[in-house]
Amino acid sequence: MSGEVAVLGVGMHPWGKWGRNFIEYGVHAARAALKDAGIEWRDVQFISGAATMRCGYPGYIAGASFAQALGWQGAEVNTSYAACASGAQALAAARAKILAGGCELALVLGADTTPKGFLAPAAGYRPDDPDWVRFLLGITNPTYFALYARRRMDLYGATVEDFTAVKVKNAAHGAANPNARYRKRFTREEVLESALVADPLRLLHVCATSDGGAAVVLSSVEYARRHNRKAPRIAGISTVTPRFASSEVEMPDIATDSAAAAQSHSFRASIAEHAYAEAGLGPEDLSLAEVYDLAASMELDWYEYLGLCRAGAAEELLRSGATRIGGRIPVNPSGGLACFGEAVPAQALAQVCELAWQLRGQAGERQVADAKVAISANQGLFGHGSAVILKR
Amino acid sequence: MSDPQQHAVLEGWYTLGPQPHLIGSRCLSCGSYFFPRLSTFCRNPLCEGERFEELPLSRTGRIWSYTNACYQPPPPYVSPQPFVPFAIAAVELERERMIVLGQVVAGVQVERLKIGMPVELVLETLYREGGQDKLVWKWQPVDQP
Repeated sequence: MSGEVAVLGVGMHPWGKWGRNFIEYGVHAARAALKDAGIEWRDVQFISGAATMRCGYPGYIAGASFAQALGWQGAEVNTSYAACASGAQALAAARAKILAGGCELALVLGADTTPKGFLAPAAGYRPDDPDWVRFLLGITNPTYFALYARRRMDLYGATVEDFTAVKVKNAAHGAANPNARYRKRFTREEVLESALVADPLRLLHVCATSDGGAAVVLSSVEYARRHNRKAPRIAGISTVTPRFASSEVEMPDIATDSAAAAQSHSFRASIAEHAYAEAGLGPEDLSLAEVYDLAASMELDWYEYLGLCRAGAAEELLRSGATRIGGRIPVNPSGGLACFGEAVPAQALAQVCELAWQLRGQAGERQVADAKVAISANQGLFGHGSAVILKR
Repeated sequence: MSDPQQHAVLEGWYTLGPQPHLIGSRCLSCGSYFFPRLSTFCRNPLCEGERFEELPLSRTGRIWSYTNACYQPPPPYVSPQPFVPFAIAAVELERERMIVLGQVVAGVQVERLKIGMPVELVLETLYREGGQDKLVWKWQPVDQP
């Protein structure tokens, strides 16, 4: 894949538990992004929405729902579903349209309204749906997070103190973020005293589910140049699928692939590898990273999957302070999911918003000094994951 | 099936007699195992197999990782009232080179579990409905009396 596109503008609706229709958050974020981009909605030629399964038909057809709410103006439309990576897939569709010469200006957005408590599957007797089966067995999302966490403890000597340190770090980062839902500087003691959810993870190690919306305006590089705009560029987007035999216990499956007759592959490592290859950049080029800390322990996994350190060295990297703002490679300067909670279709785009603000030097108190290249990474259900690389 | 009051909560996924086992399948072309069983098109991208044999998966394996559920999961999980926390294990089957998740038998807490610990598959009641036991597979440490 060659060719870059410009991130002309970004915008968000603050994360929270607002209980309103998801379209409101999306339109709020879209208007903010359009204003940031200095363009009018009527100039947008392609609208790409990230779907939300929870919000009925308007959610399934998010691109059209947002277009109608913004006011039908004849733009071409796309809707993408890829669980937590939906936003990145919607972004990839818009980039492809621009690079193919099909449009110059595209609006990408995602928003969600979530229920209280665990995310749950659709009802009925549906044994063909692995998501339904695992809930029947009592296996929730935190089950998977905890299985990975326990594995790190056993393989690499990670401790609950390490997981807690990730949460405390991200809480300190997010305290300065006006779009974050949780802006409290949680202490080690508060984290360790919170209720056990899935041993060894406690409530404050695991991210909440939130309402929120995020939007990104993309343009061709030529458009940005013509209008004299210094916009960050998207240098790589990865939406790769796993390779058989995928070695990881993937949500929502209750069994892995069998490696009896095929080589075993790590899906999560391949997500970043593809983005680096597209961008012609590597982990050594990064100024910062936004990663999917569904649980604090999973941020440590991402250090390794992104190549910030070798396998088994994530705890050492964390303890050295390198991943704090001011460190060598700050991770989750936005506060991450620890401070936002997960608004599934908006989350990959929220990550891109943070990368853009960081590269533009507009991240305020959470600014990473002289940020030049940044990566986001996430992973969701059913073999979806994404990484996006922005450069100045 | 010996007891008419006992039913699999997921019919056809495991046997109900003594020495129960999960029912998987194996591609006759490439030898990959699948659970839940697959009988249509092989998922190995290098294989065009469309014929499978149904077979019992290994009844024993080693714990790859483990955790527990301290909060009541949402439906379709059917919870006793009040909710009773339970342990969960991801178990590596050696022959199949596959990891299978499942609850750990009632009464065994996470403190008793270790990565690498040998476990075997047993059946336990997941819940009762209309006078019937709805059975599911669970993992039991092999030193369990």
